[in-house]
Amino acid sequence: MSTRRRASGYGHRPTGDWPDRMSSLARETSDPRLRTFYEAFSITPDTTVEEVPMVAMDFETTGLDPNQHSIVSIGLVPFTFRRIRLAEARHWVVRPQLPLHQTSVTIHGITHTDIQEAPDLGDILDELLPALAGRIPVVHYRAIERPFLDVALRWRLKEGIDFPVIDTMAIEAHLHPDRNPTRWQRLWGKKPVSIRLADSRLRYNLPHYPGHNALIDAIGTAELLQAQIRHHFGPDTPIRDLWL
Amino acid sequence: MQAELIDIRNHLQQHAPFDELPDEALDRVAGSIEIAYFQGGEKILELGQKNTDLHYIRSGAAELYRRSGELYNRLGEGEIFGQIGLLMGRQVRFPATALEDTLIYLIPYPVFQDLFDNHDVFADFVEVEDKSRLRQAVTRSDQVNDSMTAKVSRLISRQPVTAPSTVRLQEAARIMTENRVSSLLLVEGSGDDEGNLVGIITDRDLRTRAVADALPSETPVADIMSPDLITIRPDALVFEAMLQMLHNNVHHLPVIEKGKPRGVVALSDIVKYESQNSLYVVSNIHRQPDVKGLKAISQEVRNSFIRMVNEDANSHMIGSAMAGIGRSFTQRLLELGEEKLGPPPVPYCFLALGSMARDEQLIVTDQDNAMVLDDSFDPAEHDAYFLALAKFVSDGLAECGYAYCTGDIMATNPKWRQPLKVWKDYFTDWIDNPKAEALLNSNIFFDLDGVYGEERYAEALKELIAEKAQNSQRFLAMLARNALNRTPPLGFFRQFVMEEDGKQQKTFNLKRRGTAPVSDLIRVHALACGSRAQNSFDRLRDIGKTRLLPEDGVGNLRDAMEFIAIVRIRHQALAMEDGREPDNNVRPEDLSPFERSHLKDAFQVVSQAQKFLRYRYNAQIPR
Repeated sequence: MSTRRRASGYGHRPTGDWPDRMSSLARETSDPRLRTFYEAFSITPDTTVEEVPMVAMDFETTGLDPNQHSIVSIGLVPFTFRRIRLAEARHWVVRPQLPLHQTSVTIHGITHTDIQEAPDLGDILDELLPALAGRIPVVHYRAIERPFLDVALRWRLKEGIDFPVIDTMAIEAHLHPDRNPTRWQRLWGKKPVSIRLADSRLRYNLPHYPGHNALIDAIGTAELLQAQIRHHFGPDTPIRDLWL
Repeated sequence: MQAELIDIRNHLQQHAPFDELPDEALDRVAGSIEIAYFQGGEKILELGQKNTDLHYIRSGAAELYRRSGELYNRLGEGEIFGQIGLLMGRQVRFPATALEDTLIYLIPYPVFQDLFDNHDVFADFVEVEDKSRLRQAVTRSDQVNDSMTAKVSRLISRQPVTAPSTVRLQEAARIMTENRVSSLLLVEGSGDDEGNLVGIITDRDLRTRAVADALPSETPVADIMSPDLITIRPDALVFEAMLQMLHNNVHHLPVIEKGKPRGVVALSDIVKYESQNSLYVVSNIHRQPDVKGLKAISQEVRNSFIRMVNEDANSHMIGSAMAGIGRSFTQRLLELGEEKLGPPPVPYCFLALGSMARDEQLIVTDQDNAMVLDDSFDPAEHDAYFLALAKFVSDGLAECGYAYCTGDIMATNPKWRQPLKVWKDYFTDWIDNPKAEALLNSNIFFDLDGVYGEERYAEALKELIAEKAQNSQRFLAMLARNALNRTPPLGFFRQFVMEEDGKQQKTFNLKRRGTAPVSDLIRVHALACGSRAQNSFDRLRDIGKTRLLPEDGVGNLRDAMEFIAIVRIRHQALAMEDGREPDNNVRPEDLSPFERSHLKDAFQVVSQAQKFLRYRYNAQIPR
C-alpha cells in the first residue's frame, strides 16, 4: 500500500505564483516565440496532477555548468498521469557552441559528424518551444535543463527563459531525507540511497533501459513520475505541491 | 520511429509474436506505443470498458479474470493481453489487474489492425485462443517424425504369401524359402469366407517349436501356428504397428483389410522408419540368459529413451516403448524364475499396474505389480513357490533400475498375491463400499494389465471393473475427489511458479503437478463410461464417443496431456545427456519460452478439466 503524503515543501521556492510569473514574462518579452510560449500557459496551482499536461525533458550536455558547457541533444516526450505518448516524442542533436570534449563523445554516443551536421539550437526553437508550451516540463535534476536552456537563449535572443518544472530527483530526495548514512551508520554497513534516475526507477519495478540518450532518459523520467504519483501522492494532488 | 527508441523496439523483438515481424513493422509499433504505469493491485482493464489498445507487459505481471470473477490467466514480462476484446468489438472481455508494479506498453488499435491485416504470423498468434495455440505447438513437434504420419500400407511391398492351414511343416518351410519370406499366413474357408486368416507361422516358430522339439516333417502346421492373431489395419500408422509389436512381443503383424490378409509387416520393415529402435532392446532382453545379462542391458534403455526424444517421438510412442521394455524385463525374469524354481504349481497371471499398464512409463519409475493366482490356489501348499517367484522378479527388476515400490504394491506383498476370486472381492469392495482413504491407495489397481501367464485373469478383472464402476456414483464421486488432490501450478513465470495461495516456488514436480492429475481425471471419466482401455489416450478416445465431456474437452485434454508429458520427457532426456540423474523436478527458468508459454496453456486446460470433474461427479473437496 502506498503512503499518500503531501509533496508540498520539497522545494525551496515559493510555489503558488507560477501563473503570475508566466503572465508577467509574457508581457515583458520582446520575442514573439517566447510570448506565444508564455501565453499558452494556463495551468492553475489547483489543477490536479491527473489533469495536467506534462512533457518529460532531458538534455545531454558537455558538462554540468551552463556557463561553460553546451547542450548536445534534447529529448522530449509529452505525457499525462495516464499515458506517455511515444508517437509525439522528439529528439534533436544540436551543435554545441564550445568544442565537444573528447570524453563526452563516448558518453553520449553522438559522433563529430552528427554534431557537424546538426542545427544550432536557435534553429530548432520554432519546434522546441511549441512542444513545451502549455505543459509542465518534468526533469530529473532541475539544475540542468532549465538553466542550460536559459543560458542558451540569453546568448541567442538576448533574453533568457523561465518556467515551472517537476523534478523527479527532488521528489526522491524528499522521500529519502536520510539517504546518506552517518559515519556511525556507515560503520554498521548502511548504504546510501541513490536518487539517480536508474537507481530510483528500480525502486518502482521499472525496467532497465540499457541505451543512453536524451529521449530514452526523458521517457524514463516520465515513467518514474507516473510511478511516484501512484505510490506517494495520488492523482488528485494539486500541481502547486509538485512544481518548482 | 525515432532511432533513440531502439531499447523499446528490441524488447518487443524478443517476444512472440513480435519476434516474427519485419523490422519496418516493428519500428512502426515502437513509434506508436503509449506507456502506462500501474501500481500492484491497480485495475488495468475493467469489464465492459472500451479498450482501444493491445497491452504488452514491459515489466511486472498482470492477472486476467473471467466475467464470473474467476482467475483466467497470469501474465508476465513480454506477454500480451486485450487482443480478444480488440477482435470482438473493442470491449474488455477479461478484466485485468496489476499483480505487482507493472509497466505496460499500449499498442493503439489502428496499429494492431494493420499488423493483423498484413502479417499472418501476428494474426495467427492473437486470433487463436490459448488452447488452440497449444494444439499448434503439439502438431508442430509431431510433424518431424515419419512414423507418426506414415501408414502401414506404405510398408507392404508384396502380396501376402499364404497357404491352407492343412499344409505340413515341410511344405510350409518350402513355400517360405521359395518366396524368401520369414512368415507364412495360414488361411482356410470357402465361398465368402475363402481366404480367411486363421494363423501365422514364422521362421522362429519353425526353429523353436518344430526343429527344437524334433517334430516329424509331416506334422500339420496348424499344430504349431499361433492362433491368437495380433493383426493391424492398413490405415494404421507405422508407430501403432510398432506399439503392437512392443506390447505383444511379436515380430510379424498380418495386415488385414475387410477380414482378408493384405500383407505382413515385419520388425525389419519398421526399423527403417524407426532407426535406433526400442524394439531392438526388447528382442535383446528376451535373449538374455540371466539377471546379470538383463542388468547389463538396462543402460541401453536409457540410450533408447534419449534417441527417441531426439527423434521427436511423441509421448505416446515413448511411453509405450518404455512400458514395452519394462514388460519385457518382467516377462524374461518370470521365464528365468520358472526355469530356476520349476513350473508353477497352479496357473497364474502377473499383473503390471500404474504407468506400465497404461503404456505411459518413463525413465524414473517404481515397479508396481501383483499376482493373480488360479482359484485352485492353496496357500499352505503353493504360496512358498509364488513368493519365491515374486521375490526373484522384484529383485531382478530392482537390479535393472526399477526401484522397489515404496507403497509395497508388489507381488511380494501377500495381500497382492491372491487367487482371482479374492481379487474380484477386492475390486467389488472398493467399488461398492468406496472410502476415500482406501481408494487413494488402491487407485493404482485401476490401471492394470496382464503381462505374463494367464492373461484372461487380468481380462476378467478389467471386465468386472468396467461393468461395476460405471454404475456406482458414490465410487466415481470418491475417485473424482481423489483426482482433485493434485493440482497444476496456477501461474507460471520465468523464475518461479505461483501457487494458489500466492506462494512462489522455484521448482515444481512435473509428474505430481502435471501428468498425474491428467491421467487421474481421465481414469474417472473412462471408468464412468465403461471403457476397458488403460492408456490415457485410448481412454480419451472412448470418452470422446460419449457425451461425458463438453465439446472440445477431449481434444484439449489430449493436447495438454501430450504437451506436459513431452516436456517431462525432454527434461529427463536432457538430464541424462548431461550425465545427471533424471527426475521430475523442473525449474521454470530451465524451460524455453516456448515450453513455458504452452505449459501455462496446458495447465489451464487441466485446471478447467478438474473443475468440470468436480461438478460432473459432485465431488466436493473436504475442507
